[in-house]
Amino acid sequence: MGRYLAQRVGQALLVLAATFTLAFLLLQALPGDAVLIKFLELGLTPEQLADIRIAYGADAPLWQQYLHAMGAFLTGNFGYSIRAGVPVTQLLAENLPSTLLLSALAFAAASLLALVLALLATLGGQGWVRALVRSVPSLFIAIPVFWLGIMLIQVFSFQLGWISIISPEPWEELILPVATIAVPISAPLAQVLIRNIDAVLAEPFVTVARAKGASHAWVLRWHVARNALLPVLTMAGVLFGELLGGAVVTEAVFGLNGLGGLTQQAVANQDVAVLQAIVVISAAAFVAINLLVDLLYPVLDPRLARGRRTA
Amino acid sequence: MTARLLEVADLSILYDGRPVVQDVSFAIAPGEVLALVGESGSGKTTTAMAVLGLLPPNGRIARGAVRLDGTDIARWPERRLAALRGARLSLIPQDPVTSLNPVRSVGAQVAEVLRIHGERDGPGLRARVLELLERVGLEPAALRAGQYPHELSGGMRQRVLIAIAVALRPALIVADEPTSALDVTVQRRILDLLDELRRQDGTAVLLVTHDLGVAADRADRIVVLRDGRIQEAGPVRQVLAAPRSAYARQLLRDAPSLTTHRHRPAASGGDLAVQVRGLVQDFPGRDGAPFRAVDGVGFAVRQGTTHALVGESGSGKTTTARCVAGFLRPTAGEVLVGDTDVTALRGEALRHFRRQVQLVYQNPYASLDPRQTVARIVEEPLLNFEPVAKAERLRRVAAMTERVGLPGELLARHPRALSGGQRQRVAIARALILQPRVLVLDEAVSALDVTVQAQILALLEELQRGLGLTYLFVSHDLAVVRLIADTVTVMLAGRVEEAGPVEQVFQAPRSDYARELIEAIPGRAAPQTLESVP
Repeated sequence: MGRYLAQRVGQALLVLAATFTLAFLLLQALPGDAVLIKFLELGLTPEQLADIRIAYGADAPLWQQYLHAMGAFLTGNFGYSIRAGVPVTQLLAENLPSTLLLSALAFAAASLLALVLALLATLGGQGWVRALVRSVPSLFIAIPVFWLGIMLIQVFSFQLGWISIISPEPWEELILPVATIAVPISAPLAQVLIRNIDAVLAEPFVTVARAKGASHAWVLRWHVARNALLPVLTMAGVLFGELLGGAVVTEAVFGLNGLGGLTQQAVANQDVAVLQAIVVISAAAFVAINLLVDLLYPVLDPRLARGRRTA
Repeated sequence: MTARLLEVADLSILYDGRPVVQDVSFAIAPGEVLALVGESGSGKTTTAMAVLGLLPPNGRIARGAVRLDGTDIARWPERRLAALRGARLSLIPQDPVTSLNPVRSVGAQVAEVLRIHGERDGPGLRARVLELLERVGLEPAALRAGQYPHELSGGMRQRVLIAIAVALRPALIVADEPTSALDVTVQRRILDLLDELRRQDGTAVLLVTHDLGVAADRADRIVVLRDGRIQEAGPVRQVLAAPRSAYARQLLRDAPSLTTHRHRPAASGGDLAVQVRGLVQDFPGRDGAPFRAVDGVGFAVRQGTTHALVGESGSGKTTTARCVAGFLRPTAGEVLVGDTDVTALRGEALRHFRRQVQLVYQNPYASLDPRQTVARIVEEPLLNFEPVAKAERLRRVAAMTERVGLPGELLARHPRALSGGQRQRVAIARALILQPRVLVLDEAVSALDVTVQAQILALLEELQRGLGLTYLFVSHDLAVVRLIADTVTVMLAGRVEEAGPVEQVFQAPRSDYARELIEAIPGRAAPQTLESVP
C-alpha cells in the first residue's frame, strides 16, 4: 500500500511538472506580449519599452526565466500581473473563492439533479415516465452553456421577473449561474447512474435479496446504492474539468467576478504570469481530485482493497 | 399424498404475452424433495420463480394458482409476498459467484435475512450469524463472516447462500440449479449438505435441475418439463425405470451420467499423433514467486483416438491443452504433434503449425464473432492459410457445413439466429475446414443441453471415424468422458493423478482422487434397470 501511494503521488507530481513546462513554453511562444499591449497605447518609444522589459526580467534567456519561474512557483510566488500591477497571488485571492463557491454549489446541484433523474428513470412509476426521463440527459448534453445562461436570464429575470439581475442579493445572484453550470454536468452523471442502476437491478444478488424478503427501498439502500455509485466516482476527475470550463463561460455571461473573468482578461491582455498561475492551479486541482479518487476507491470497494486475491 | 405444503395448479405464465409455462400442476408434501427437470427454455426456472413471486418484470401469471398451506398466493401484492420470502419460502440461486453482493461482507449478507424479518442488530444477531456459518461448514466462522465474497471459492459462496436460505427454517426451499456452476466433487458436497440440513429441519425442496442424475440422487419425485408443459411426473424410481413419455425416454438415453451405453468401441488406433513429456508451465505469481500451473505432465495419444484431460477448476487441464495447441510456450518439457516439436516453433513456422491443431471452445456464444455470417466464420481460416479462389472457398465451406449437419440456409445467418447446438456445429466446421490432424475440444459440450450434447458427441464420433481425427478432449465432466474417450489423464493441481484406458480408470481407479471424482458423478442412485432403456 505504501508503495502504491508513493507511486501515485509521484505520477501526480510528474503531471504537474509537465503541465508547468508545457504552459510556460506555449505562453512564451505567443507573438507579442503584455508589455506591448499595456504600454503601447501610452505612446512609449521602443527604447522605453525595452527598459520596461528589463525591469520585468523579460530580457533574460528563456531557460533562466523558466528556472526562475519554477523556483518561484515552488515557494508560492506566482509573479506579478503586468496589467493590474499587483502580485498574481493577490488577484487569485480576490477571484478564487467566488469561483470555488460557484463550482461547489454547481457540483452539488448537478449531483442532486442526476440522482433525481436516475431514480425517476429506473424506478419512476409508469413505463412512459421512465422512457421520457431517459431522453432528458441527451437533451441536457446538447445544450451549449452560454445559450442556456442567456435563456435562463431571458425567462426568469426578464419575462417572469422572479430573479433580479440588477443589484441582486448575494444568494440570488448565484441561482442562475449554478443552474447554468449544473445542467450540462448532470447529464453524463445521470446517464452513467441510469446504466449502473439498470445493471445492478439485473444482478442475481438483487434477486437473492428479494428472495430474503427485502422491500424495494431496502434493496435500493443496501444493494443498489453502493454498487451503482462506485463507478460514478471515476468520472469525478473528468467532470471537474467541465466544471471549470463551465464556470469560465458562465461568469462571463453573468458578469460575475471570479477565475473566469480573470482568465478572460488575462488572455485578452496576454498577461502571461496570470495565465501561467491559472493553468498550474487548475492542473493541480485536477490532479489532486484524480489522486483522491484513486486512493478512495480501494477503501470503498473491498475487491480492490485486499489486492486481487481470490480464494 | 395427504398433506400438501405447496400446490401449483394449472399454472400458466406469459412473458410479454408469449406463453412460457402452460397448465403446470404439481404438489409438494412437507419435507419432500420434488425435482423440476428440463432443458433450457423448458420453463422450469420460470415455474420455480413464480412460486416465490419473483417473475421478471415482463413476466405475468395468466392463469392458475400457487397454494401455500391451502392459500393461493399467486396474486398476492408484493408486500405480503415479501413477508413470506426468506421466512416461509427461500431461494438457493444458480450461480454463487454473482449471487452475493460484492461490496458487503459475508456476515452482513447472512445477517440481512434475519434483520429483514425483525431481528435487531447486536450480539444476539452476530451469534446467530456465526452459528449459521458453522452449520453450513464455513469455519472459522468469525473469520468467514468478515470476508467478502471474492475471497471465497464458488463452493464456499454456495454454502453462504445455503446459510441464508435455511436461516429462518422455511417450510420450502426453491433450489434453482444450485450446483450447476460447481465442480463435481464440490457439487456432491453441497448437495449432501443441503440434504442433511433439510432432513434436520424437515424442509421441503423444489429442486430445479437440468441434470437427471442429480434429480435421480436427490429427489423423491420428478416432474419433467418441455416447452413449458409437463411431459411426465411421478416418483423418481418410476420415472427413471419406466418412463411413459417419449421425451423422458430420450432425456434418459441422452443423460451421460445415467447411460452406460458407450458411443464407440475402444479404438486401437495407429501411430502416436500427440506426445507430451515432462510438461511444466509457470505463470508469474503475485509475490514474485512463479505459480506452477502444470507440473510434469506427460501423455501420448494415438492417431484416430480420443484422449481426455479431466480435472476440476485449477487442475491445469486447459493450460496443458493450450500448450499442445501452441498458444503457450511451456516453461519446460516437450510437445510433439506428429514429428513436430511444438515448443521449438517460432513465427511463421508456428503459424503454419496451427493448421494441424485446431481448437473448439466451451462457450458457443462467445467464440463466434456476432457480426460475421456463418459462411464468413467458417471461411476465415482458409483466408488466413490458403490462397484459394472464391468459388472454391465457398464450395469447401458449403461442403464442411453440410458435413457437420448444418442446413445450407443458415450460411447467410449471424450467430445470434442460431441455437447453442448449431453454434457449436459452426465452431466445429470452422476448426475442420483446414483439415487438421488434431482437434482440441476444450469443454466443447459442457454448455449444451443433454439432448444437444448427445447429438454433438455423436457428430464428433462420426467425424473422427470418417476423417481419422485425433481428439484431445478437455472436460470436468467424467460422465461425458466415459462416453467419448479412449484414454484419460486425471489431473489435480497441475499434476497427473491417474492415467490409462477409460474403462480401466473408471472400473478400477487406483488413486483416491480419481475414485472420489467417479463417486461424485450424479445418478448413482438411479435404478440399474436403466440399462434396459431403449
